[in-house]
Amino acid sequence: MKLEELAGKCGEWLRGSGPESDIVISSRIRLARNLAEFPFVRRASHEERTQIAKSTRAKIETIQEWTNIQVLELERLDEVDRQFLVERQLMSREMADGEGDRSVVIDLDERFSVMINEEDHLRIQVMCSGLDLTTAWQRIDELDNQLERKLTYAFHDTFGYLTACPTNVGTGLRVSVMLHLPALVITREIEKVFRSLQKINVAVRGLYGEGSQFMGDFYQISNQITLGRTEAELVNTVQEVVPRIIEYERRARDFLVNESEQDLHDDVSRAYGILCTAKKISSEETLHYLSKVRMGVNLGLIRSIEIATINKLFVHTQPAHLQKLRGQHLSVADRNIERASYLQSHLVPKNGSNN
Amino acid sequence: MKCQHCEKPATFHITELTEPSGPIMVHLCEEHARVYLSQETVDSPTNALAGMLAKQLKLEQTAEQLAKLDKKTCPVCGITFAEFRQSGRLGCGYDYVCFQSDLEPLLLNIHGSKTHKGKRPTRRTGAPDRQHELIQLRREMQEAIAKEQYEKAGELRDKIQKFERGDGPNE
Repeated sequence: MKLEELAGKCGEWLRGSGPESDIVISSRIRLARNLAEFPFVRRASHEERTQIAKSTRAKIETIQEWTNIQVLELERLDEVDRQFLVERQLMSREMADGEGDRSVVIDLDERFSVMINEEDHLRIQVMCSGLDLTTAWQRIDELDNQLERKLTYAFHDTFGYLTACPTNVGTGLRVSVMLHLPALVITREIEKVFRSLQKINVAVRGLYGEGSQFMGDFYQISNQITLGRTEAELVNTVQEVVPRIIEYERRARDFLVNESEQDLHDDVSRAYGILCTAKKISSEETLHYLSKVRMGVNLGLIRSIEIATINKLFVHTQPAHLQKLRGQHLSVADRNIERASYLQSHLVPKNGSNN
Repeated sequence: MKCQHCEKPATFHITELTEPSGPIMVHLCEEHARVYLSQETVDSPTNALAGMLAKQLKLEQTAEQLAKLDKKTCPVCGITFAEFRQSGRLGCGYDYVCFQSDLEPLLLNIHGSKTHKGKRPTRRTGAPDRQHELIQLRREMQEAIAKEQYEKAGELRDKIQKFERGDGPNE
């Protein structure tokens, strides 16, 4: 399959379904693993990186259960393709900007991906729509076992799975749940919520769009530590805290609806109006207004659009996606025009349609 | 509330949970928040780690001991403790063995534990000594090539190939 085909599709984590999907965008788990016979990536020579990438790719291709995968070599991808995979969250920005022989293996249903030669030899990642960490953990545990039958991992009896950075050692596990918290941002309650989380071992981070652009209202909750607890315990720390944040966000939304429904409805409708009528629009502006519209849809203030459509637009309006969908390179100015027209093709109700 | 860097209202309230000194609140306007957050993505985990390490080492060691520790070198991958301290990244799995006593306080600091409790590989992970030797031989070969000691490099290559072909850790 070509990346162009993937661009038009909608991957697993964009489905907009799954538990609590009005607030939880996606659940992700990643495992960091290294091969026992090689130094960690940063310390590996050019030849060693090639050896690691080549042999790992070859072994992955022999995993019988992995039938729906595509193995991509980063050095063969152009800038837009790399950016596309980052926007799609199939690989990290560090991976796109790195050097030497490195690969990403993607499941074509976008349920998982494996980065080869990022900071660690292997970074396995599983993603689910909505809040579904149990499924995510079961899947990644299984993928890890399948890989382990083919590869010899660097493992220490006391320290567990060995990683380049000591912050990942032990389980090598990072759980992250992406949340959409616009009402907590509007009501300025978000800092209080985060303060209440500090006692627990979870980290809260904002999300970033293109370059350094801040993706307003999206936050990622993840486990802080990786050593000394079982994977199930680590998954649980995050699993337990997320419903509390969801509850706070719901309460803040109720508060907004009760106290200032007219203002809220006005704000959401204006955002919708701009997205439906603008002739050129930056990706930053798009994110800002889509976030408002997303909340409007969830609160029933806008009834003509599905959440899955909004989720898709968040990703499809990013620079590389626009260029893949259009099938050509576009300058920033041209992208702004293309973005506006793409938004309108999805948001403006069509004549004669009941939607 | 005003932004900490200008007169605009602070609309971003960021809580840093990874600072070694404890949680820090930052209040910024949109513009400064963007600058702040973009810096953070570039090198924050490493910085936090380096800060943690520096603080902890200062507490427990004299300058003399520190200088000595910095020179400590992994025989397998050749990384020095100073290089690890600067980059926040280890060079190979054996570092966890040769720097064990120096890493343990750091691990305790980060994770509140130094013992793995999670899953383990289901099959034998091979012989660690052989794996480490293989890493070391490859490095020595690279060094020999760099120094144009081709005869030595050739011998090392033969040794490596024997290792890789033998009942090595590869399948």
